[in-house]
Amino acid sequence: MKILVCIKQVPDMESRFRVNSAGTWYEEQDLAFRLNEYDEYAIEQAVRVKEGLGGAADITVLSIGPDRAVEAIKKGLAMGGDRGVHIKADQPHQMDAWQIASLIAAFARDKNFDLIFTGLQSQDRGSGQVGGMVAELLGFACVTTVVGFELNGAVAAIRREMEGGLRGVVRLALPLVVTCQLGLNTPRYPTLPNIMKAKQKELLTFQAADFPVGDSLVQTEKMYPPEKKGRGLVLEGDVNELADKLAAILKEKAPALR
Amino acid sequence: MKALLIAEYRQGKLLESTYELLAFAERLGAEKAFFFIGAEAEAPHFDGKVYFAEAAKYGEYNPDLHKRLVLEAVQKESPDYIVFLHSSYGWDLAPRLAAALKIAQVSEIVGITADGFEVPACNAKMRRLLKPVTAQAVLTIQSGAFSYQGEPGGTPSLVPVELADSASRIEFIGYEAAEKKEVDLARAEVIVSAGRGVGKKENVEIVAALARALGGELGATRPVVDAGWADHSRQVGSSGQTVAPKLYVACGISGSIQHIAGMKKSDFIVAINKDKDAPIGEVANVLVVADLLQFIPALLARLSK
Repeated sequence: MKILVCIKQVPDMESRFRVNSAGTWYEEQDLAFRLNEYDEYAIEQAVRVKEGLGGAADITVLSIGPDRAVEAIKKGLAMGGDRGVHIKADQPHQMDAWQIASLIAAFARDKNFDLIFTGLQSQDRGSGQVGGMVAELLGFACVTTVVGFELNGAVAAIRREMEGGLRGVVRLALPLVVTCQLGLNTPRYPTLPNIMKAKQKELLTFQAADFPVGDSLVQTEKMYPPEKKGRGLVLEGDVNELADKLAAILKEKAPALR
Repeated sequence: MKALLIAEYRQGKLLESTYELLAFAERLGAEKAFFFIGAEAEAPHFDGKVYFAEAAKYGEYNPDLHKRLVLEAVQKESPDYIVFLHSSYGWDLAPRLAAALKIAQVSEIVGITADGFEVPACNAKMRRLLKPVTAQAVLTIQSGAFSYQGEPGGTPSLVPVELADSASRIEFIGYEAAEKKEVDLARAEVIVSAGRGVGKKENVEIVAALARALGGELGATRPVVDAGWADHSRQVGSSGQTVAPKLYVACGISGSIQHIAGMKKSDFIVAINKDKDAPIGEVANVLVVADLLQFIPALLARLSK
């Protein structure tokens, strides 16, 4: 069983974002980067599939990005990936989802992967496009927003999340692209011995230019903070004073306190 | 300019959210046609063309066949825009269609300007303005961003679409309803919800204590439910429950798009958050900038007086 996991490194979403000088993306300086949350579930599911097969699987963890992306790949290897693939691109945000997907498909095309896991979306761009596009480019089936995954031989039984708590249950044969929703599993924390072992694992480095992918289909005009509209009262300061103020408000607004 | 609007159909019913596509197309000033896989009687109420295929034949959920059917309709209609909701259905189909046609896709549109489509980024803390470079484009719109006013009406003229070969790799087994409920939040007048900012399971109790003091129910965000800190029936948001209580108190909730979609219609919203810039501040009537672990006990002491 050959498994590919596609991951991305994103800024901590608690950060304060500033627009860069080009006006089309956030300023990366001063931001702390981490593994995209959805992708943690993708790595975990790949490792669980391998464990379920008694280790008879090979997991490649791929990321496109600048040098810092190697940290995310190493985390994937420490969680149980076998090999890292770093496709170096210093300004990956200048590529649209179509180009990112084309890069991944160009890498994956002759590798005979049976399963490709990735996150439902990235936390920074959030387009939710790359997984589906990779599937289409490779001619694989694809199921998105997956919250349950079981493999029986070459057939996967999948639960996907729909609106309002409803789930859809589908069955389909490999090869397959799965995009992982939060809650699919409980991603493990890499242990110290596994972090050490990950340093010895194979890491292949390519340049994005090694895979010609053509022009982007979407142009970014600008990035900007949302317009502050309808903003209410903002209370700041001493905790006890804040509590006095809010208690007075709640005594009016909560029927039980009136 | 022509827009092909992809209707949604589930468990034998047209989804009401389908009409948001109509509102979006009207904002665009586009000529409209629908694409609908379902039962004839459920076709969108609309005076115009509806490309139609039977769900009885092609399934309610089958991204392989549905994609090919949309492609058939695209060929007949030659639309400038193919528009989906940014939903579980759109997530599956939109990128496949865009890649199959090798055309641009813009996801989760919340606004239209002269220079492009506005979409959220960085967990709704930022916006991007995007413009398709290709002549045709696939678009998905954020649910709730374009609301349809009034009662939809009209008589659709159905244009059948068919596939010669309806073999498929995907077998749809069925639906599973959400697990049985610990609580019915829809009936609560006051909801006090815990978000990831509570930090750990034990701290959910502090939020629950505030809920009790206010005579309300405990709610929670998706990460809190996923972590097993609260029952699924308490989840507020697009994948949980949509609520509109008299008072909603959001504790340690940054305000993801999905969560805000589930609570923004509340009469009065209070947010307690350390981060003054958290998107929840955009819908809150009162934002208290504080550490909830210090603030809530201080508040409880005053409410019990």
